[in-house]
Amino acid sequence: MITILVAAALLVAGGLGAWLASARPVVAGRIGLAAAAAGCALGTAGAAGAWARGGALRLAWSVPYGELHLRADGLASLFLILIFPVGLLASLYGTAYWKEHLAPSRAGAAWLFHNLLLAGMVLVVVAANGILFLLAWEVMSLASFFLIAVGDDRDPAVRDAGRLYLVATHAGTAFLLVMFALLASGSGTMDFPAWERAGGPAAGAAGFLFLCALIGFGTKAGLAPFHVWLPEAHPAAPSHVSALMSAVMIETGLYGLLRSLGFLGEPPLWWGAALLGVGIASGILGAYFALLQPDIKRALAYSSVENAGITAAGAGLGLAGLSLDQPAMAALGFGGALLHVVHHALLKALLFMGAGCVALATGTRRIDRLGGLARRLPAEGRLFLVASAALSGLPPLNAFAGELLLYLSALSGLLALDGPAALLPAAAVAGLAMTGGLAAACFARLAGIVWLGEPRTPEAAGASGTPAGLRRPMTVLAAGALILAVLPAAGLALAAPAAAVCLAAPPGSSPAWEAGRAPMMWLSAGAVLTALLAAAVWRLRERRPARGASRTGPTWDCGYDLPSPRMQYTASSFSSPLASLFTWIPSGRVRGEAPAGPFPVSASYDVEIARPFQERIYRPAFASVARGLARLRWLQHGRVQLYVLYIVVTLIVLIVRLLVAGETP
Amino acid sequence: MTTLADLLLIVVILVDLFALASSRLGALIRIVALQGLALGLLPLIAHHEQLTWRTAALAGGSLALKGAVFPWLLLRATRQDSVRRELTPFVGYTASLLAGVAIVGAAFVMGSRLPLPFPAVSDLLVPVALSTTIIGQFLIVSRRKAATQVLGYLVLENGIFVFGLTLSVRMPALVEMGVLLDVFIGVFVMGLAVRHIQQEFDSIDASQLTHLRDLP
Amino acid sequence: MIAPAAVFLLGLALAPLTGGLIVRVKSLAAGRTGPPILQPYFDLARLWRKGTVRSTSTSWVFASGSVITAAATAAALALVPAGGVRAPLAFAGDAVLLVGLLALGRFAMVLSAMDTGSSFEGMGASRETAFSALAEPVLMLVVASVARASGGLSLSEMLGPGLPAAWGLHGASLALAAAALFVILLAENARIPVDDPATHLELTMIHEVMLLDHSGPDLALMEYASALKLWIFGALLAGLAVPVRTGWEALDLAAFLAGTAAAAAVVGLVESSMARLQLARVPQLVVGAGALAAFGVVLGVRA
Repeated sequence: MITILVAAALLVAGGLGAWLASARPVVAGRIGLAAAAAGCALGTAGAAGAWARGGALRLAWSVPYGELHLRADGLASLFLILIFPVGLLASLYGTAYWKEHLAPSRAGAAWLFHNLLLAGMVLVVVAANGILFLLAWEVMSLASFFLIAVGDDRDPAVRDAGRLYLVATHAGTAFLLVMFALLASGSGTMDFPAWERAGGPAAGAAGFLFLCALIGFGTKAGLAPFHVWLPEAHPAAPSHVSALMSAVMIETGLYGLLRSLGFLGEPPLWWGAALLGVGIASGILGAYFALLQPDIKRALAYSSVENAGITAAGAGLGLAGLSLDQPAMAALGFGGALLHVVHHALLKALLFMGAGCVALATGTRRIDRLGGLARRLPAEGRLFLVASAALSGLPPLNAFAGELLLYLSALSGLLALDGPAALLPAAAVAGLAMTGGLAAACFARLAGIVWLGEPRTPEAAGASGTPAGLRRPMTVLAAGALILAVLPAAGLALAAPAAAVCLAAPPGSSPAWEAGRAPMMWLSAGAVLTALLAAAVWRLRERRPARGASRTGPTWDCGYDLPSPRMQYTASSFSSPLASLFTWIPSGRVRGEAPAGPFPVSASYDVEIARPFQERIYRPAFASVARGLARLRWLQHGRVQLYVLYIVVTLIVLIVRLLVAGETP
Repeated sequence: MTTLADLLLIVVILVDLFALASSRLGALIRIVALQGLALGLLPLIAHHEQLTWRTAALAGGSLALKGAVFPWLLLRATRQDSVRRELTPFVGYTASLLAGVAIVGAAFVMGSRLPLPFPAVSDLLVPVALSTTIIGQFLIVSRRKAATQVLGYLVLENGIFVFGLTLSVRMPALVEMGVLLDVFIGVFVMGLAVRHIQQEFDSIDASQLTHLRDLP
Repeated sequence: MIAPAAVFLLGLALAPLTGGLIVRVKSLAAGRTGPPILQPYFDLARLWRKGTVRSTSTSWVFASGSVITAAATAAALALVPAGGVRAPLAFAGDAVLLVGLLALGRFAMVLSAMDTGSSFEGMGASRETAFSALAEPVLMLVVASVARASGGLSLSEMLGPGLPAAWGLHGASLALAAAALFVILLAENARIPVDDPATHLELTMIHEVMLLDHSGPDLALMEYASALKLWIFGALLAGLAVPVRTGWEALDLAAFLAGTAAAAAVVGLVESSMARLQLARVPQLVVGAGALAAFGVVLGVRA
């Protein structure tokens, strides 16, 4: 435990050091990187120790209700195991990336916030005291806000994205404040273990607190309809920051949700149903919007919404399993959800780094301006394409394992339950499959249009290799994903202690491991079988007695004489068959001019992708709040004396009220 | 165990789903007639031990009306219509179908919680009644053509008929007669009106009726 | 005792026959004799011996695409029981792996198509992903429905000795699942009314159009993978719809083979009697199958 604290302190100290050295960017960068690397390496060791043995640390703290109470149980240590290594790789990638992309004067500040973000995330997952948790939460939110803005704060798009993120994250935190305050007022303490022992608040309050947690943590996790900040913030941030945010920071939202479920006592069925519903909705909407986006990083950001949805759906199945008294369903649900968190962290970090390579090599992130990169950036292409297939949930790659456990959770619930309750897991099966199908379509589009075929523009044609410093962290992530693909049981073993915390399993037992071990072993067999078959088929094809020679030539394309790269299918035409099925979701405005007459002179087609949640729900809501508050504008006049008068009057009113009531606080 | 009554009720729901997905008027009219036939047979099977002349006559009348007279009237009314398909509906067919599945699911959830005064012939009865009535209303609300809306009324009436079956054979006779009469008049009037509107305006898009007003 | 590995090898060997059978049924329905039933084997052998022409636009993705598609589909075959005879790989959740492996094969095929940079192939890829994204939930609902009715979590259990009893108890639910599975068979295997395997008008094709730039062994592998996929769906349908589980494995196997042949014949009859659907109507058909399967699940879970 102390190792983790030292690692966090090292991160903060290194960040401050880098900031102090801002005048000399090279030194600042070195200090920042050294601290990040050392802190993360040390932290990884500490996290492994905590995963194996657990750990806790209590120090007095002179804040009311506050206490420096750190605890690394199974749930916390799983997230630590993700945060530290991904943080390390992101820092390595960031050094190379920022070398190309950052004004030198910003290096110090950038490293400060980068390291603060890492330290904040670490503290969020180990905090066992409400005040400490909220403080760390705020550090994490603010540091990531500054990281979004640090690259290019003159760009209005980046500024808007940053502002939206700031508003969204604080709106979410407001719900958390309410939840923590209510929990504290009920129990008289801010101590997590005390809340867990208390077995939950009064029955009526628990539902309200659950909704607060769902909205507050759901905003951070990127669950629809609270996800609006996510697709704006991720493209605006530097690529390794997007990787960090998407792979681990949004997962802290999920961590918070799972953690706070422990405070709320026995879950009624509707919690699980609500979480499952939100999860499936996020999964389908996230994948669908990812399919439409014209920007690689924006598509990846929506894919994070989708994966947060899958995870939440798994947690929902787990919760429903707990309330319906179905241990197998609960164990597989939580186990699958947490396993998916691990897989998503590896793959999404890899994909965002790959998108950064594309942006660096071509100078654009617009999918329709790219193409044919697999032959120009072969190493990056291989990593990106395999990660795309993996995150589509295709076996025998790693992310399939988590989804298999979720399906098993739902199917075992379906088999064991009777009557209407069994419709819940049945709906989960259909929803998960729909999400998976849409995700495969989305990644086929990303992989196919960006990396395959012919380059559509000179930028794409002129793409050349990226610095090796960018590729190395990606290779490490891919190696991790590969190991988990061949040995899915290892991933489950990693996630099982965290699932045990969610299940409130007695110490020493590991229900998720017991329930999921056998399918994971079989999955290894399936992966090996597929690989062997592929190798055999390849060998057969190479060794066959061929009569004809093997040649290359231009794409046949039904005999077109002069194929041009501009004739290739575009990203928006690729997604149009699916988009036409979801016309009831307002998803875009088509502008353009249809070709007319036998010899059309000009034609154009452009789709502007809508943001329905923002445009139809949040903007009107915020506008009406602003209109309502405009009536109070007379209070604001800029005279300091009157502001002081407000304070004095408020104080006097409070004192009088106390005197009248005859109470003392 | 699936009994014959269950099977007929499953046919009723499948017709509901088909009605939501179909855009062809002719097919729609025939399939709703099939639903009427299935329902007309249901009391004969379900209550065959208490079969009297009166229930038999009622069932026979219902069979004749729903299986022959209504489809004949509707087919005749739409025969002159140049557009045999439903116009673009307010809710698309795929979305309607998904809504239909959701309605059926919800009906089963609700049906399992609805206490009945005495055991019904089949535990499918209440869910089928609920989903058929709701899907009938859904059809009326979401479709443009007058003829399709009439079919929605027919489906709705079939749902009410199933509700009647949950009680017993005798009790709903009066109710059933009343509803059937209503619908008969409705179909008759609609059939005539559709033909006349058609002759007058070249269209039977009911949403165009909003233009028929005195004030400019 | 029939070894599970034999089931796998039987599938590998007999898969191209299904396509030949369908063509024969179609020919007979049209009053012709048609090509020999073994024609698919001759075609595969001819293609396999040929050289390849690959597009200069392609990368390693195209080179490995056909191999991955064939290997993934073959691996999927290892999970499919032959009626009551167990599959070599059978475990709780193998149906999910089956759907996933088929999706992997499709993903590789789609990427191979896009790697050529051809607009036609891009179009086919786009349609294929769209329709299969809709077909996947339906397939999973069918799995859920059959699992619920038979009480098993692996395909070999679901379609195992308990199936006749499950038909007795949950006949309606299983019939709806079988109907939905048949529609998905048509949609996933590029059959009429979804796609026309015989057409040569690129604008209307889905599956064939993705293979335009494949030649020689690449094309042979893709065609063989398609045959395997058709066999897999036919085997699942026959396993579900022909609940003959006598305990004599030879008899069960014979019933299963008769079932797959019957499934092929029905596909041939459907192809002879129906026209291709307008592309915009395909989703309606698939969602309709989904409605059937979902209704089957609802019927299955009522207490």
